[in-house]
Amino acid sequence: MHRSVLALLLLLWAPGAGAMTIERVTSPGGIEAWLVEDHTLPVVSIRFAFPGGAALDPPGKAGLAAMALSLLDEGAGPYDTAAFKTRLEDLAANLRFTAGRDEVGGSLRSLKANLSEAAGLLRAALSSPRFEPAAIERVRGEFVASLSQQAHSPRALSDRLWMRDAFEDHPYGENVDGTPTSVSAITREDLVGFAGQRLRRAGLVIGAVGDLNADELAALIDQVFGALSAVGDETAVAETKPAENGGVLITRRPVPQSAVSFGQIGPKRDDPNWYAARLVNDVLGGGGFRGRLMREIREKRGLAYGVSTELVSFRHAGLILGSVATENARVAQSIALIRAEWRRMRDEGPSQAELDLAKDFLIGSFPLSLDTSARVAALLVEIQFENLGIDYLDRRATLFGAVTLDQAKRVAHNLLDPDGLSFAVVGDPADLTPTRIVPDPGL
Amino acid sequence: MVAVACLALALVAAPASAQRFGAESFTLGNGMQLAVVPNHRVPAVVQMVWYKLGAADDPLGKSGIAHFLEHLMFKGTAANPPGAFAASIARNGGRDNAFTTQDYTVYHETIARDRLDLVMRLEADRMTGLVLDDKVVLPERDVVLEERRMRIDNEPAALLAEQLRATLFLHHPYRNPTIGWVNEIRLLGTKDALASYRKWYAPNNAILVIAGDVDSAEVRPLAELYFGSIPPQTLPARVRVEEPQHYAAARLEMKSARAAQPQWNRSYLAPSYRAGEMAQACPLQVLAEILGGGAGSRLYKSLVLDRGLALSAGTYYSPSTIDLAIFGLHATPKPGVSVADLEAAIDDELRRLVRDGVDPDELRRAKERMQAASVYARDSLSGPANIIGAALAIGQGLDEVEAWPERIGAVTAAEIDNAARSVLVERNSATGVLLPEPTS
Repeated sequence: MHRSVLALLLLLWAPGAGAMTIERVTSPGGIEAWLVEDHTLPVVSIRFAFPGGAALDPPGKAGLAAMALSLLDEGAGPYDTAAFKTRLEDLAANLRFTAGRDEVGGSLRSLKANLSEAAGLLRAALSSPRFEPAAIERVRGEFVASLSQQAHSPRALSDRLWMRDAFEDHPYGENVDGTPTSVSAITREDLVGFAGQRLRRAGLVIGAVGDLNADELAALIDQVFGALSAVGDETAVAETKPAENGGVLITRRPVPQSAVSFGQIGPKRDDPNWYAARLVNDVLGGGGFRGRLMREIREKRGLAYGVSTELVSFRHAGLILGSVATENARVAQSIALIRAEWRRMRDEGPSQAELDLAKDFLIGSFPLSLDTSARVAALLVEIQFENLGIDYLDRRATLFGAVTLDQAKRVAHNLLDPDGLSFAVVGDPADLTPTRIVPDPGL
Repeated sequence: MVAVACLALALVAAPASAQRFGAESFTLGNGMQLAVVPNHRVPAVVQMVWYKLGAADDPLGKSGIAHFLEHLMFKGTAANPPGAFAASIARNGGRDNAFTTQDYTVYHETIARDRLDLVMRLEADRMTGLVLDDKVVLPERDVVLEERRMRIDNEPAALLAEQLRATLFLHHPYRNPTIGWVNEIRLLGTKDALASYRKWYAPNNAILVIAGDVDSAEVRPLAELYFGSIPPQTLPARVRVEEPQHYAAARLEMKSARAAQPQWNRSYLAPSYRAGEMAQACPLQVLAEILGGGAGSRLYKSLVLDRGLALSAGTYYSPSTIDLAIFGLHATPKPGVSVADLEAAIDDELRRLVRDGVDPDELRRAKERMQAASVYARDSLSGPANIIGAALAIGQGLDEVEAWPERIGAVTAAEIDNAARSVLVERNSATGVLLPEPTS
């Protein structure tokens, strides 16, 4: 059976550095996974994603995907919750499941010696989760408590408020973890249905890194994923764009510092302008002290500990999202500066020096970030999930490097909309005129 | 099955005899300590400079000055004007940051292996060349106040944790928050920052840790070149008052309309690697794992799974401090369960532990998990650098760090029982209860 394994080798050269080899492995059962072998430690990291996430939660049942994923390791196959978790602990393995808006997935990290047994637990979690009523009620309780925490946290609340306002009539506006009401409406049948319908091999992507070879990985992925149905699930999510209404929403809370979330439409990941937009974003709202917002708001005026923006690419919508937190008396100043910098970047674009710095950083820092097997495994999944191609690491530096100043200026001009940029504020801001007060967001 | 079991045994035994990180340490001519931690998985290096100056060294009335100085170290020198440091690291694809604890202040950079000399030059330059004036210092003080609002003042649980720490330590400066008290941060200025800088920032009060795709033959000459040329200076004595005997348990209750749900915490004064009954530190680490290390731990099993009293429950204990450490317990009651009932159930578990001790099977399993964690710790560039730097900064030797898995493996049930009996003592504790208050 090992001889039937198909492996495709590709050499990827990190700039000024050694090679990382990605192998495309197809198992005897026909499941594909990407592998980076690294035998320096007796450790293996596996990461995987199934297409379709919280955006497919049925109306009134937001939180279904997240709750189902949380329950996969709460008892499966022959093990109840305590037995499953104890077994996992005894193997010193780490198993996590997460739900995103467009995908659900997980990761497993194990010592090589325990990998086969740990993989057996993962197989059970994916193909025969128990969803025992007691575990469901306990996890439901954890969700309701965590949602209540989020509703009391200015930062979490401003993020959720912004998303709900931007995607009023689209599932992206729903919280991935749902609301206390929607979580209370989820039944055991919903959870069992979710696992059967959505944890399928069609569209599944897998990345593996560490102390195993292609033959071992091929056997492992058949062991873990072989019991899942190969038939795809056709449910689709509608294309959409966030509202760009220039609004300022305020929810009053008695806290000393206002948390602010802001954003507008951005490019999707497959947009040909994505690389230019990513560079413009780094000049405008990049971390460290590179970004203009950081210089104007933190360095010059001490208005915040941090301010940053990022491109968020969902499957069916693109965003530029940012956040800042400033004491109530001065938060209006932070917001005015953000709009002003947004306008300046739209009108003038980045300078050649700024663009060059952003390129150097985004190209040079990338290989340095791949220092753990979990990070490399996550990258393998991202490249597959976003269809970037197995030679992506080869092409990445060129894709950024080829962006010209004219192109960056044009993309900045077409993309940024200072008047459409909208804000959600949670706190007790002074001198800030809202377009709408949201007394109780009901989140 | 048999083969797998044997492999597992071999693996657990391996780190005990092997060098855990393979680190080497040296002392430069000017007294600066250097540790090199080879890791050839990625063509990158991490540089960390650890100054032996933390919040617990802040002068009376100047709480937060060590942390404030950390912020100000990014404000430039004559050779590298403001912004030049960050820009030249970013231009070379590097990342840099810093952090402050009660015992030390740390600056770190990750960069391609062939740019190590760049970050060494920059870090050496700001060890002596910092230029500060009110124009850059005063806005940065506002940044620190915003950082404090974000991390603490906006979060009721963080405010209570801060008050609980100030209650647990009656006299020792660990009672003060690392970021400082608001009323004192507001008064910190350029003079205070420069005074601390001139007094404490010197090669003979610093540790250089270089981890990554390098070896000591390569690193030592570079370290001598950039850091070795900085003259040492006379250091003031590091005065840390001793925590007096405690006679009464402390209890704090905080009601807040901003709290989502009740939370329960208890801290006990505990030995560390460097203070109190130091031999108890490793047994207490194993105890923390058994009692509240994860979903298989005693507290989680009993309170969350079996009795349904809590949404979460666990322990925390980090003995990596110069003076006494904290052995902490925390739990969040399930809605409808009173904090009193939850606390009574936790006290039952603690009494059972002190009375009956730990059993050999749970001890063996906890030790295996912790030794596996020490293998996982090598699956990263900065992880080992952090572990080694922290150990050296509190005065441990490299041999102690390398032998940790072996020491954990040797912990006996009797050692844990003794440690539990001497640490889990009511009068050495402070208990904090956070209660939500309906908005009026």
